[in-house]
Amino acid sequence: MSARVQTEPFDLAAELQGFGTGSGAVVTFTGLVRDDSGQMQGLEIEHYPGMTEAALEDYGSEAARRFGLDGWLVIHRHGPLKVGEPIMMVATAARHRKSAFEAAEFLMDWLKSRAPFWKREIGPDGTGDWVAAKDSDEDALTRW
Amino acid sequence: MTLDVLYFAWLRERIGQPRERIETEAATVRELVAELAAMDDWHAAAFADMATVRCAVDQKLVSLDSPLAGAREVAFFPPMTGG
Repeated sequence: MSARVQTEPFDLAAELQGFGTGSGAVVTFTGLVRDDSGQMQGLEIEHYPGMTEAALEDYGSEAARRFGLDGWLVIHRHGPLKVGEPIMMVATAARHRKSAFEAAEFLMDWLKSRAPFWKREIGPDGTGDWVAAKDSDEDALTRW
Repeated sequence: MTLDVLYFAWLRERIGQPRERIETEAATVRELVAELAAMDDWHAAAFADMATVRCAVDQKLVSLDSPLAGAREVAFFPPMTGG
């Protein structure tokens, strides 16, 4: 039951040690830095220290309540990240797989549209533009 | 009242600093935005299109019409894009 924002890489296997023990299902999602343009060096992620952690705790608690989770974990990195690097992970543990899958999707949708993170795509020359939010991210919340 | 005003992402870049301390009697976030936008060209540019600005009061997302009574920290930033 925790949320972390950090610059360091995370070790998925280590994070899952003991996670969900006693549950019937563990679902994990890992997001990687993706290069849509074919010219990206990586991303720069900015966040709002304090508010980001609190927001993630809120979404995690809400997911636990709605889906009856036994456990949840969200790790999100900030700072400069190269293409292909893991940028974030979500893990959920529940008695049944449906709850674990749904809770992971719920957490991801909230994370993408309401958690105070902003990203800038770094191009070949080391500079780049802030990525605009997608309406589809906000729309994704309406299903919950 | 004295408010810490924080800026993130391109708002921070347009204004040229991550935070500033403001003395204001603004009753709502919208009134505060009007005061800030009138300060100089950089602030005016940052607040030119409020459809692209989000706001948090004491680290909770709020609308522009939210009251500022009792607030200590107000943050402005673009819509969030996550990881």
